[in-house]
Amino acid sequence: MHSDHESIRKSMRTYLMVGAALFVFTGITVAVNQVHLAVPAAITVALIIATMKGSMVASIFMHLSHERRWIYGALILTVLGFLVLMTVPMLTQMDSIGTPTGVANPSHSEPPVHH
Amino acid sequence: MNIPYTVEERPDTGLTNGKLGIWLFLASEVMLFGALFSTYIILRTGAPEWPHGELNVWLGMANTFILIGSSVTMVMAWAYLKLNDFSKHRLYLLATLVLSAAFLVNKYFEYADHYRRGELPSHSTFLAIYYTLTGLHGLHIIGGMVVMAYFLGPGAKMWKKNPDQFTNRIETTGLYWHFVDLVWIFLFPVLYLL
Repeated sequence: MHSDHESIRKSMRTYLMVGAALFVFTGITVAVNQVHLAVPAAITVALIIATMKGSMVASIFMHLSHERRWIYGALILTVLGFLVLMTVPMLTQMDSIGTPTGVANPSHSEPPVHH
Repeated sequence: MNIPYTVEERPDTGLTNGKLGIWLFLASEVMLFGALFSTYIILRTGAPEWPHGELNVWLGMANTFILIGSSVTMVMAWAYLKLNDFSKHRLYLLATLVLSAAFLVNKYFEYADHYRRGELPSHSTFLAIYYTLTGLHGLHIIGGMVVMAYFLGPGAKMWKKNPDQFTNRIETTGLYWHFVDLVWIFLFPVLYLL
């Protein structure tokens, strides 16, 4: 019981440190935004920091760093489903269904000229 | 009839039913928000122009700090139950509830400001997806608050009757709450900064 309590107290210190790190990362995200980077660079930096923050919440607060394999199994399926959802926008850019041959993406073509 | 495996772990999964259940629920939530993020990407890449600076970054940042703080207090509330310190658990759970209310108050001021300026969902594609994403997230905050209020009120009686089951329930609530925080961690840069 004593060692249990000791390990919980150790975890509590970790929770506080992770919370502080999340505050710092949020500050960095906003500070980088004030620099006005080019849009692709800004998106990359913001999403990298958000992914780092998300991983910290999931692994430490949600205890995913030491969970049972049933939960990992369910999450692997979830990640696969999520990746499919993220490729949908790419597919909509690539498909040419319903457009004349040779026009891959009508959104980038010139609008028709009406006389 | 008692619900089985609320305290002891199921031999086949090694988990309590509640814990496996909340993770399966969270998996479905990932799909829900994933579909909306995917919609956001489609709308943004298909739009000839996308507005910048329409939202108040400082209010969004304040709400991010509030939600991160609430995640810390939530996990501390669970940890104090593990240490058999019920009064500290209640203090941290109450702090989580107060922080979640602060998040909603902040969001109310944001929405009210948009409303005053006539910026309703029909105003632009950006505002339509902004209200959809933040509105759905706000509903999740309200859901979490209802559960926390229950455990501060009538649900707290279980601590005396069955402390292990009560601790597991708080852990389950915490997993949900951290997920709500995690969603906001992505919503904030996507909507406010990019």
